Amino acid sequence: MARLNINGKIHNIDVEPDTPLLWAIREQIGLTGTKYGCGVAACGACTVHVDGVPTRSCSLPVSSFTEKQKIVTIEGLSKTVTHPIQKAWLELDVPQCGYCQSGQIMAAAALLVKHPEPTDAQINEEMTNICRCGTYNRIRAGVKLAAKNAKGAKSNNKAQRA
Amino acid sequence: MTIAQKLSRRGFLAGAAVATGGLSIGFHIPTAEAAVGDTPEINAWVVVKPDDTVVIRVARVEMGQGTLTGLAQLVAEELDADWSKVTTEYPTPGQNVARKRIWGDFQTAGSRGIRGSEDYVRKGGAAARLMLMQAAANQWKVPVGEVTTSKGVITHKASGRSLRYGKVALAAGKLEAPKDVKIKDPKDWTIAGKPLPRLDTKMKLDGSQIYSIDFKMPGMLNAAIKETPVPGGKVKSFDAAKAEKMRGVKKVLVIDGNAVVVVADTWYRAKTALDAVNIVWDEGANASVSTASIKAMLTEGLDAKQAFVGNKKGDVETAIAGATKKVEAVYRYPYQHHMTMEPMNATAQWTPEKCLVWTSTQNAEAALATAVPASGLPIEKCDVIRMNLGGGFGRRSSSHDYVRQTVLVAKEMPGTPVKLIWSREQDVTHGTYHPTTMCKLTGALDDKGNVVGLHMRISGQSILAGLRPEALVEGRDPGTFQGLNAQGPEGQFGYEIPNLLVDHAMRNPPFRPGFWRGVNNNQNSIYLECFIDEMAHAAGQDPLEFRRKMMKNYPKHLAVLNTVAEKSGWGKPTAPGVFRGISQHMGYGSYVAAVAEVSVSDKGALKIHRIVAATDCGHVVNPQQVAAQIEGSFAYGLSALLYGEMTVKNGRMEQENFDTYEVMKMADMPPVESYPVPSGGFWGGVGEPTIFVAAPAVLNAIFAATGKRLRDVPLKNFDLRKA
Ligand code: FES
Ligand code: FES
Repeated sequence: MARLNINGKIHNIDVEPDTPLLWAIREQIGLTGTKYGCGVAACGACTVHVDGVPTRSCSLPVSSFTEKQKIVTIEGLSKTVTHPIQKAWLELDVPQCGYCQSGQIMAAAALLVKHPEPTDAQINEEMTNICRCGTYNRIRAGVKLAAKNAKGAKSNNKAQRA
Repeated sequence: MTIAQKLSRRGFLAGAAVATGGLSIGFHIPTAEAAVGDTPEINAWVVVKPDDTVVIRVARVEMGQGTLTGLAQLVAEELDADWSKVTTEYPTPGQNVARKRIWGDFQTAGSRGIRGSEDYVRKGGAAARLMLMQAAANQWKVPVGEVTTSKGVITHKASGRSLRYGKVALAAGKLEAPKDVKIKDPKDWTIAGKPLPRLDTKMKLDGSQIYSIDFKMPGMLNAAIKETPVPGGKVKSFDAAKAEKMRGVKKVLVIDGNAVVVVADTWYRAKTALDAVNIVWDEGANASVSTASIKAMLTEGLDAKQAFVGNKKGDVETAIAGATKKVEAVYRYPYQHHMTMEPMNATAQWTPEKCLVWTSTQNAEAALATAVPASGLPIEKCDVIRMNLGGGFGRRSSSHDYVRQTVLVAKEMPGTPVKLIWSREQDVTHGTYHPTTMCKLTGALDDKGNVVGLHMRISGQSILAGLRPEALVEGRDPGTFQGLNAQGPEGQFGYEIPNLLVDHAMRNPPFRPGFWRGVNNNQNSIYLECFIDEMAHAAGQDPLEFRRKMMKNYPKHLAVLNTVAEKSGWGKPTAPGVFRGISQHMGYGSYVAAVAEVSVSDKGALKIHRIVAATDCGHVVNPQQVAAQIEGSFAYGLSALLYGEMTVKNGRMEQENFDTYEVMKMADMPPVESYPVPSGGFWGGVGEPTIFVAAPAVLNAIFAATGKRLRDVPLKNFDLRKA
């Protein structure tokens, strides 16, 4: 049995405690946006946020989580595909096959929180998810575009408040 | 008789389909009609719904390369559709069989998605437009010549009337198909040729796109599989006592004598239980094969007497004997794995009346042809429903082994849908690998440094011998010579060399080969383009000028080479420590060239600063997607160059997952400046071609930087410090 807080909802899951979070999300909760790519924390396809930290869900058992930890999957990143990263991805047509993109988007969204104006070196360091279609350059451009838009939105907000 | 059948009788659609050849299925072909959706179609390619939604049928498959959007653009262009109303759907191979292959070939490989079907899909769109116009003209009782179309609206200018497509679609579908269908000149395109956004991006941003691995059915079970690690091996015995008692496990079985399968309620339980099964393998004859033994086998072929000839001109032996300077080198290319992000998987449901398969495949017809014998049912009782692919790169066209296995398992559990997912470990160790070859090149230079003779002896594995031996031509695999053939629309050797011999000593190790993005062009372009570079240096000439001298009769090859030379500033100074390398190649109907700029640190660390790439693919249907394919090709090709190698020990592939089979990541990806330079008049492919020039351009730049000539990959195996 595990109690997990996923996308703001508490789920009681009847599963062996050593089951990786990835498979509980996919098979017990039924959210399939989070992908299986390697199962050994090497590819990033399974990236979710745990209290905002990008986490490779294939390699952590459900027993290592409490219901206090907020787990967010790609389905919970925004209600209407409006996260700045998602908007930038749409504008630049980043995905090819798309299979890695849930993980890429979750990693990129966390990167923007850590580094609101990321340098190329920071992007290289934080964005270690694999994309076999080779969308890396558009991912890089997408991160920068999202950062720019988010900054613009912030200064707009400030201006309005002032 | 339906319009579709009339169309097919008329011949242009069916004719095109037949001309593309492909799979022949030796079964009774039922004539029963099977419509894809519920709304009546205008013809096989176009459905217009009452709300004006235009559904464009796509026979080829989308696997990331943008073909879905590109083909829809071509049909919508001829249809004069309102692009904002366009959606797509896949017909099934069963429907294609039932309708005498009205949609032609489903195979999505060889960079043929667009170029292999542009003609008949455009005619399909144009025919549908004429029928919509006719239906409106009939309703208005005016001559069809007086009506025009634009963005999904038919207008009769004289009377000021107009109708949306959705209003006349039903009537149009009942009309006879037009006899004469003209298609537009690409210069008049307004939808095709434009950098439109893809139709399928949004669902890839919120997890809602369903891939084959995500497919669910009520009552579905999940299966995990472990296949013999040594090719040709068998299951000798297995002990499932522990696994059978584990939670959720429904069944443990052996299929094809060479694999153990566990079926459980969830996949993770199936996989965990499979790990608890004690399997003893009968390893068979290949248990002692190793990378070294394969290399020895290939090395022997480099000087073997017998070889298949691919390209021959003049008398190469005499030219080499009389050379002022002789240049000689041996190159090698190792096994590569496709590493699609989505591992192989399929779902099947079997009853004595019907066998259905849901899977991601590059060739649903071949998937069907695999499912039929596995099911034991006649073809009209089987079908394959295409799911989205998490990458293909040739793996999902080379073999549908995963479909066969899934059907065999489902057959053991009649009525129950079963999804079989390969673990990444099963996937990596049971690939259809990029074949391994070696090449010995001998070049003859005269006293002016001109190339007067070249012998390329390729030794190594044939893809056809491994996958489709029936397609060999008197034992010879023509595909081995990709990019090195004397002529042909697919790929042409781009240099004038008076005495030339390209031949192949076929040596087939037991590991199953496959079509791997770029296929044999990958190593052939390294062999040729790096060796041309070697000869240029031996002659003391600039590698660009040295090439140009031999390319007068190959203006299209030369044009892309000149483009990258100009755009990269070839001959002009680079930043300190940065060096350039150049290469060109032709394949899949397109001409490509690249310049790479690299530096190598004192410690031997390689940095690729910039790639400048040019592609002449004749016509461009969506420029921003062409750019994406060029970038993606470089990522795939450079990944192989930097890291890619499957090694063999004790008859087994040694790498099992992304932790041991490293691939390129963000930090390694260079900026790619891509220049599509379509010269018109032909249709070349885009999904693969630029991969050919990625590795040789970088290898030549490394030589410029270090004086080291690397004739083997991947680079991670070698010390790149200055010679
Ligand atoms: S599936 Fe978790 S990192 Fe690859
Ligand atoms: S988009 Fe296909 S793997 Fe990244």
